[in-house]
Amino acid sequence: MNFLSSLISGLSLGSVYAIIALGYTMVYGISKMLNFAHGDVIMIGAYVSFIMSMHLGMNGWLALLVAMFVCTCLGVLIERLAYRPLRGTGSLAVLITAIGVSYFLQNMALLIWGANPRIFTSLFNGMAPIHAAGGQLNISAESIFTIAANIIIMIVLTLFVNKTKAGKAMRAVSEDNGAAQLMGINVNQSISLTFAIGSGLAAVAGVLMCSAYPVLIPTTGAMPGIKAFTAAVFGGIGSIPGAMIGGLILGIIEIFSRAYISTELADAIVFGCLIVVLLVRPTGLLGKKVHEKV
Amino acid sequence: MAERLLKSVSVRALKGAKRGGQYRREAMIAYGILIVGYLLLQLGAATGLIGMNLQGQFVPICVYMSLAISLNLVVGISGELSLGHAGFMAAGAFTGVVVTRVLEGSLGFAPARLIIALIAAAFVAAIAGFIIGIPILGLRGDYLAIVTLAFGEIIRNFMNVIYFGLDKNGHLLFSFNHAIDGLEDANRVITGPIGATGITKIATFTGATLLTAFTLFVVLNIKNSKQGRAIMAIRDNRIAGESIGLDVKKYKLMAFVVSAALAGMAGCMFGQNYSTLAPVKFNFNTSVLILVFVVLGGIGNIWGSMIAAALLTILPEALRQFSDYRMLTYAIVLILVMICTYNPAIKARITGIMAKINPFKKPKDGGGKTGGRKTGGSKSKKKSGKEEA
Repeated sequence: MNFLSSLISGLSLGSVYAIIALGYTMVYGISKMLNFAHGDVIMIGAYVSFIMSMHLGMNGWLALLVAMFVCTCLGVLIERLAYRPLRGTGSLAVLITAIGVSYFLQNMALLIWGANPRIFTSLFNGMAPIHAAGGQLNISAESIFTIAANIIIMIVLTLFVNKTKAGKAMRAVSEDNGAAQLMGINVNQSISLTFAIGSGLAAVAGVLMCSAYPVLIPTTGAMPGIKAFTAAVFGGIGSIPGAMIGGLILGIIEIFSRAYISTELADAIVFGCLIVVLLVRPTGLLGKKVHEKV
Repeated sequence: MAERLLKSVSVRALKGAKRGGQYRREAMIAYGILIVGYLLLQLGAATGLIGMNLQGQFVPICVYMSLAISLNLVVGISGELSLGHAGFMAAGAFTGVVVTRVLEGSLGFAPARLIIALIAAAFVAAIAGFIIGIPILGLRGDYLAIVTLAFGEIIRNFMNVIYFGLDKNGHLLFSFNHAIDGLEDANRVITGPIGATGITKIATFTGATLLTAFTLFVVLNIKNSKQGRAIMAIRDNRIAGESIGLDVKKYKLMAFVVSAALAGMAGCMFGQNYSTLAPVKFNFNTSVLILVFVVLGGIGNIWGSMIAAALLTILPEALRQFSDYRMLTYAIVLILVMICTYNPAIKARITGIMAKINPFKKPKDGGGKTGGRKTGGSKSKKKSGKEEA
């Protein structure tokens, strides 16, 4: 039973990673940049939802919508002000700017909300856990909703990217920026849309994560951000199903290492697995191998 | 096609041969900054113009300079993005702590202890760099970056479960993943997540300056050697380099290992500047901080990264009066500097303004307050490499 409950909490944590990883992978796919500020957008989303529900007495689900809206605007704004001026100048400059944005968001949160940890009220407060296997296995409502949210988001996003016109434009831009522009695709709009979707999902991930792990501080998003980024690379960065598989595997590995090996070494084991995967498949599990032409 | 590739390498090799004068200039500026900075700070400290707060930053400034110079060997000269430099720093720091504690009883002369610790730290960090370097150097670009990030975190994680202690006879005790029982607090050297405690501070400003000079000496000499030119040729065009018989893996590994060893020495000096040292000090943020020095100083520009390291270490201290707003200001300054140095339109405008203000300066040199010329060069090279690929 221990094994099953570990598996379920692994899947739940992995789902959170997967949703965050989507933001990384889509942004990387379209603008070839590592958006290190993504983890901090999660934190902002969680804080907004917290303030809305605690101080303005809003319903938790409504607060989630407000948080999604705020994060979407924030993501678009960050792209417009910080990343767009540096587009096409090489990945390192944008990377450092993204780190600057990450510091900015963390310290902004520190100024507005202070360093004291806030205890997040779960979105699913009051929902009873499901008892299975004769009461030996408890599955919390958070786990079920997180896993379900992950699956729904994956399906909707895959349909969006593959079936809609905007999704097609996004794929075109990520394949060849210049050619897409020549075909009359509004590149700026496509990139903004990608950031909007990624940041909106970050708010969802933030609320889901803080529902399961309720301590909220300005650096809450940093480590999950790095882990989700690892998940995105694990699955093959730029690939949407890859982000899901990478996130789930990473979450399961982390929970199992915590349960059976060592709490302190869990992160080391997670990162070790990433390295092994990259050595065997240098572009991640589902990544496309790009052949080098001379 | 192959002819064009060969040409691009041979032209650069020729440039390298002519680089003697340029090299001397770069070395003179770098050593000059170090010597003048050292004298000015010593003078300021002696006359009391520099407060105690800032004096406490002297050794860290030198350490961060060394780290920036050593990372420049990987990021600037070898052209690979590394996000795990703090890991090597940690390996060096904790090796240094163990070595100095073991020698404390038998070797009274502190500088000798420090030198032995530095050598040991360089050795351990070089081994770590070698182990990490072999598998990852086949990876490219962003994948290499994420793996160095992962390794940096793994090293730090291992520091969290390592326990060192001294028994009554001064012998070293070691334990993995669980604390050593029956040991007095004073005999604990490294205690897992708490880190190293009871360090006798033996780092001095002079010692740290000498370490920076040593790092500078190594990196500048590599840059100006046959190996250095090979490393840069591979950076500029890997396929062309391979086609004229350069061993890509060997040269990349060399740059990586030397950089790791130098980072280990800097970390050792850093550790000897504090009485306690927790592994959390060497997290991802520290790696990023060092990378920021390198990028702001102009990638590949050695003295630029030294200045950036010194300024950015002092800046948070200088902004202390704004207490709450200082890190926010730091973030905004970072973003603005990046946009101003790298955005072509803004850069051109700044260059224009600088040319107007200073009619004697060639517009080519103006505007780049962080060595824009060098960066511009390597960037355009990178771009042309991409187009070819």
